[in-house]
Amino acid sequence: MTQTNRLNGGQIDRNTSLSFKFDGRSYTAHPGDTLASALLANDVRLIGRSFKYHRPRGLLTAGSEEPNGMVELRTGALKEPNTRATTIEMFDGLEAKSQNRWPSLKFDALAVNDMFSNFLSAGFYYKTFMWPAAFWEKLYEPMIRRAAGLGALSQEADPDEYDKGFRHCDLLIIGAGPAGLMAALTAGRAGVDVILADEDFTLGGRLNSETFALGDHSASDWAAQAVAELSSLPNVRLMPRTTVIGAFDHGIYGAVERTGDHLASVPAGKPRQILWRIYTQKALLCAGATERPIAFENNDRPGIMMASALRTYANRFAATASQRVAIFTNNDDGHRTAADLHAKGVTITAVVDVREDAPTCYDYEVLKGAQVIDTKGRHGLTFVEVALADGSTRTLESGALGVSGGWNPNVHMTCHQRGRPVWDDALAAFVPGENLPVGLSVAGAANGVMSTHGALQSGAEGAANALELTGVLPDLPEAEDAPVSQTPFWYVQGCKRAWVDQQNDVTVKDVKLSYQEGFRSVEHLKRYTTLGMATDQGKTSNITGLAIMAEVAGKSIPEVGTTIFRPPYTPVPIGTFAGRMKGQEFHPTRLTPSHYWAKERGAVFVEVGNWLRAQWFPLPGETHWRQSVDREVRQTRASVGVCDCTTLGKIDVQGTDAAEFLNRIYANGFAKLAVGKTRYGLMLREDGMVMDDGTAARMAEDHFVVTTTTANAVSVYRHMEFARQCLYPDMDVQLISTTEAWAQYAVAGPNSRKLLQKILDPEFDLSNDAFPFMACGNVTVCGGLRARLFRISFSGELAYEIAVPSRYGDALMRRLMAEGEEFDVTPYGTEALGVMRVEKGHAAGSELNGTTTALNLGLGKMVSKKKDSIGSVLSERKALVEPDVLRLVGIKPLQPEDKVTAGGHLMNSEGPVDAAHDQGYVTSAVYSPILNSNIGLGLVKNGAERLGETMRLVSPLTDLTVEVELVSAHFVDPEGERLRA
Amino acid sequence: MIINHPLLGPRDASEFTYLGDASLIDRPDWQAENVSEAFYEYGYLRDNPAGEHQELWYHEAGDRSWLVVTRNTLTHEISKVELARDVARARGRSK
Repeated sequence: MTQTNRLNGGQIDRNTSLSFKFDGRSYTAHPGDTLASALLANDVRLIGRSFKYHRPRGLLTAGSEEPNGMVELRTGALKEPNTRATTIEMFDGLEAKSQNRWPSLKFDALAVNDMFSNFLSAGFYYKTFMWPAAFWEKLYEPMIRRAAGLGALSQEADPDEYDKGFRHCDLLIIGAGPAGLMAALTAGRAGVDVILADEDFTLGGRLNSETFALGDHSASDWAAQAVAELSSLPNVRLMPRTTVIGAFDHGIYGAVERTGDHLASVPAGKPRQILWRIYTQKALLCAGATERPIAFENNDRPGIMMASALRTYANRFAATASQRVAIFTNNDDGHRTAADLHAKGVTITAVVDVREDAPTCYDYEVLKGAQVIDTKGRHGLTFVEVALADGSTRTLESGALGVSGGWNPNVHMTCHQRGRPVWDDALAAFVPGENLPVGLSVAGAANGVMSTHGALQSGAEGAANALELTGVLPDLPEAEDAPVSQTPFWYVQGCKRAWVDQQNDVTVKDVKLSYQEGFRSVEHLKRYTTLGMATDQGKTSNITGLAIMAEVAGKSIPEVGTTIFRPPYTPVPIGTFAGRMKGQEFHPTRLTPSHYWAKERGAVFVEVGNWLRAQWFPLPGETHWRQSVDREVRQTRASVGVCDCTTLGKIDVQGTDAAEFLNRIYANGFAKLAVGKTRYGLMLREDGMVMDDGTAARMAEDHFVVTTTTANAVSVYRHMEFARQCLYPDMDVQLISTTEAWAQYAVAGPNSRKLLQKILDPEFDLSNDAFPFMACGNVTVCGGLRARLFRISFSGELAYEIAVPSRYGDALMRRLMAEGEEFDVTPYGTEALGVMRVEKGHAAGSELNGTTTALNLGLGKMVSKKKDSIGSVLSERKALVEPDVLRLVGIKPLQPEDKVTAGGHLMNSEGPVDAAHDQGYVTSAVYSPILNSNIGLGLVKNGAERLGETMRLVSPLTDLTVEVELVSAHFVDPEGERLRA
Repeated sequence: MIINHPLLGPRDASEFTYLGDASLIDRPDWQAENVSEAFYEYGYLRDNPAGEHQELWYHEAGDRSWLVVTRNTLTHEISKVELARDVARARGRSK
């Protein structure tokens, strides 16, 4: 038995059959169906269980505003929970599952919640689970999370590709219903660049759901013709399956195009969805309107739907929820549904109209002045109870009930920049307010123009006005122009369990209760009851909630106020926002000039910001990283090692004021630095904390080469540009980042001079007298290759840094290795670099952590008081110069094999171990193969005066307590004899 | 957001880095009498206007100009964009 509720007509391709599965059962459908219409055609009304009470639920709507009909779509890693069945375009092989039920949709164990509904009313979390506090984390929250849920995630990585793109136009039209199509025709024929976006896969909006005519055509034919004409215009871009999700500043709109969701599988390399950023001076919102429900007792049974949705399913999809349908309405639109369904052969059991003066019909019964007071049916509607005008009751045997409470303009996008909609009394609805996003105007039903003729006209005028088009507007087809007035009727009096927000299970009673409990502001009401806070943002429920609150408060709806909508208009998968920025592509990867050489050597790499740096270079037979690192340190200190330090930031500073500029940037003085000399520079933030350190080499009177740490290369350059442009605008100084222009290698160790001399061209003298410690200069190597040479040392050894143009970096490293063979040269990575700088007591990233001053680091005397420099004044604040401020010390365990833990805290040798008695902490920890001991650097209160003291190093997280001695931070060569050798 | 760069025309805000209040241009004299107080105010005290706000943006992914952008904090409307160097000079800064 298939498709028992399939009607005649509709915009589906009956020549092709598609098969799909819902909860494991196979059904058939046709192209043009949504999952929702296909389920209805197959007589499936029960789709899921509700959020809180686990009540059986079906579809409420036929569009993206759907609160109930959510499923898990697809399987395995492709599984996507909380997908609205009403927006899923059918494809062959589709698989979907109901969610929030256990063990099965028809028998759900947690439906017991429904019986305890008295305890689960508004704010029940706050009231019930208050005490004891410890229970919240361990018991209540996990329990609630299990019970109150939506679909489950696949727990696997999303295998789909996503992309991002940019588009520009003169006019963006949001929504392709009658107003949007007419606007696009108007603007398109005028030759301007137009983008017409609509969330649906068929453009036309409600024209595809209606039976009335536009001129000589059916509404859907007219829409198809309009689309055909627009497709032929080169200046018009049609974007179906595209939801404009937000209106952002300065004419930027976000849009999600679903390029692959309607396919059984996305072709390899193609994106599933694209996040577009659309730039436009003008936009026209033609988002239509959403029908609103009326709340009554047990109004959430499967089969109870919006009347307009029933009409859409019948006219567009040729499907009905039942062969026996009742209508409950407060306006003429409900009657339109009855007439259309009747024409399709569906039995209308009655139209229940709350109005005494409802229109009469001779094809089926109209119950005037009547109201639905209850419904029956466990897993789907069976009977509708009606209170008639005379006070008697009637029971209508119906499998579906169409509810129409009037229409709300879709004002969402008008609120995205603080705009507040205003109440329209004639329409009894909110319409767009005055304060719209700049460049956005609104047309059609979204602007409260409810007739088809009105929509066409306002679309044409909206486009013409936005673009300031002159001349005659296009002819409009003749269309229905029924006057629309809506008399509000929000809920049936006396009902107890009448749902307002079906997705978050909020009832009329909950709204009233929260008011009684003192929640007067709409925003509080929302948060207390969770009304409108589900994934549908209350598209079908907010106004009803407000109306009930207004009634209880004895105020009008505009007096109660309204909440506004935020982007995105409909939920967006997180992968769409990520686009291609995932995994290895999360950020760009920067490779050092010696990267490919290092890879050949089997180096182990580490991510340092965007850079990949060699961490160590294992040799055959080395199985533990420590073996490699210890060897690299020993070999370097015994003979010579080479390390790629290209990643350090390099900034060229030129101009007659370059020296004075550096004087302001660095805490220590640079004005008197001689040409051919390098100096360590300490850079402070204006608040007196250390920002960065590095070296500045004076290559010429008006030319310095500045280095920064790898981590701060970007921020230091930004800071220097700030100083140059904003603080010292008339200084003659120019900056350029040359980090990627020069490949730079540290050559360190007692044999470093001998090694370098081999590659240096003969006219350059490297002797200690000619090129002493801290010298710098332009040289040539390997027969004429220009290079920069600096005699600086991070390791504490006799050492140089040599820079050549980047494209020679690989060759230079290979040459150094070849020439160094006779000295047993070793490359070393960032680990050995770290070990040697800790042994030498140089502060680095762990010490320059944003909370340390020069004084903390033992560099207090460097801050010159004879000149103006950034940070100098605030570095003298009282609390920063107290005698017991933290000072950098070396840390050595009494037992060399005891581990020093970075992040561990230091306590006095006696006394309590707690935060109040904290003496400082360990910033860096390494194993020193030179001292055969674990060692560390740390910051200790008044540490400089406490050398020799024994302290306890504790790490409560790992239950560690180690006895350590405070020592000088300069473990190796404290007098600096080696580096001056 | 779009910032209308005085030299390069309209550029997407993603090309820029934000710093903050353009009062950061007004760095006090290091030899002023009340220097501690002046630097404390300069470093820590900011107005937080609901309305027009002059702020510093850096065209980091562009020409590396520092700009003073006058932006309405309520509407995000940008009414003026100037080179920070010009603003600094106009405020009396030199070397």
